Amino acid sequence: MAGLEDLYREIILDHYRSPRNRGELPAPPARRVEGFNPLCGDEVILYVDIDDSGRLADIKVDGQGCSISQSSASMMTAAVKGRTEQETRELIRAFKAMMSIHERGLGHADGDGLEAAAAPDPPVDMGELEALRGVVKFPVRIKCATLSWNTLGQAFDQAGPEGTRE
Amino acid sequence: MAGFQAVTLDVARLKKDFPILDRDVAGHRLVFLDSAASSQKPRAVLEAMDHYYETTHANVHRGVYTLAEEATRAYEATRSKVAGFIGAPSPRGVVFTKNATEAINLVAHSYGRFCLPKGSAVLLTQMEHHANLVPWLMLREERGVELRFVEIDDSGRLVLDDLDRLLDGVGLVSVTAMSNVLGTLNPVARIAEAAHAAGAVVLVDAAQSVPHAVTDVAALGCDFLAFSAHKMCGPTGIGVLWGREDLLEAMPAFLGGGEMIRDVRLDGWTPNEIPWKFEAGTPPIAEAVGLGAAVDYLGDLGMEAVREHEVALTTHAMTTLAERHGDDLRIFGPPDAHDRGGVLSFTYRDVHPHDLSQVLDSVGVCIRAGHHCARPLMRRLGVPATSRASFYVYNDEADVEALSDGLAAAAELFAL
Repeated sequence: MAGLEDLYREIILDHYRSPRNRGELPAPPARRVEGFNPLCGDEVILYVDIDDSGRLADIKVDGQGCSISQSSASMMTAAVKGRTEQETRELIRAFKAMMSIHERGLGHADGDGLEAAAAPDPPVDMGELEALRGVVKFPVRIKCATLSWNTLGQAFDQAGPEGTRE
Repeated sequence: MAGFQAVTLDVARLKKDFPILDRDVAGHRLVFLDSAASSQKPRAVLEAMDHYYETTHANVHRGVYTLAEEATRAYEATRSKVAGFIGAPSPRGVVFTKNATEAINLVAHSYGRFCLPKGSAVLLTQMEHHANLVPWLMLREERGVELRFVEIDDSGRLVLDDLDRLLDGVGLVSVTAMSNVLGTLNPVARIAEAAHAAGAVVLVDAAQSVPHAVTDVAALGCDFLAFSAHKMCGPTGIGVLWGREDLLEAMPAFLGGGEMIRDVRLDGWTPNEIPWKFEAGTPPIAEAVGLGAAVDYLGDLGMEAVREHEVALTTHAMTTLAERHGDDLRIFGPPDAHDRGGVLSFTYRDVHPHDLSQVLDSVGVCIRAGHHCARPLMRRLGVPATSRASFYVYNDEADVEALSDGLAAAAELFAL
């Protein structure tokens, strides 16, 4: 199956089959945010617990969708748990830049509705998340990969636990 | 369409009529199983459009010179062909639109806003495409028109036991002739009869049925019929609204501009006659020529033969896929291919439709994944999305086998 190895890397399939941080948190106090991809019906529900020091103390993910949307969400939770808001925002920016830079290279600059995210300087170590880089070769799947990241960004943009919404 | 017709299609020969089927995808033969979204085009249609642009093009209904007259004649010739193709009594009832969606919007906008008796409701079904939902939801928002919905049962058929009660107070019924998700063929004639008895007019969304079976508006008993050229071997950018002439006469114009007027003064305007009253601006002329060629092409195949081919292929697909994949495969909609069109929506194990479509694409097989513009139906089925394979005149058993092999490959990749 030529070409698919770039998309369905083993680590991505592993997160899809055995998602990390799956479940719910009581909200409030946790913030609950929903993301939805109308193209394919992907749905991500994040429960984000931010402690008094602004650290992402806990995060759970619920919802359903394709392997890319669900594994990206799983890998994201593993990557951001324990980080500060500032660090997490930088990682979100770096992740979206990884997707959008390649998207521009493919001539789909406006295909995803992503703001043209500049990569953070100095560069952020993407770790396991590098595995998702191959998604950019499949432009229609970029939205699947970025869904949970955009949703997490919304969680930070909310005023606080009282900002929890359905 | 009269006279001798081949009983079944010679698909091997027919495939050669479609130039796109010569191409490969990632080194694999193109297996196109998404004709319910849009069909491929035979050479005859492509050549007719090229020929028109190379020899004839001018604006229609405007000039008195030779080209303009020829272009007008070609454009109007398609109107007559379409009328014949759907059993319409006259081309006067055939309005060219952009597509089926615009045709439905035309009725919702014009009839819905100005002819629907005050206080009367609109009856739809749970299986409608967004194109036959949103225009009515807009009408409800704007005018407060009550919307009612015929429900479906677990096999994807309309529940019509309550039809007379549902129709009480209804001024318009709009129903799909064939579900784009389930393939269900709806008993439109029966619905139309009951609707007329209740004093309602009937619009049929025939986008999925006109390309695949004989259509006869008289036999259906409908008042309006909407469909798109691009699903029936024709080009994108043109569709049809057929309407009963007395209704079209009574309806106000939809879009304003050139062609749809008889006279314009600075203090007002007088509309043109039907059907031109509803065709504002320069119409899709080359597309109309292409649609005419598509109608000729399908007419030569014979719509009975097209339908017979699809029933046979759908039966074969449902049987062989079930044999090989068993309970891993869940096909939605009526179990008997005679009750449905050549559309198979399914889920396969826990492989998400989007992933399934991606894996199949890597072996050249094109299927649709998602909600198929029918989110209320998806909710009723209890799934966020399905995969959908749909057949047309150029598909055969080898295409079904390619689909089946692709399913097995996906199961292996995801090891679910």
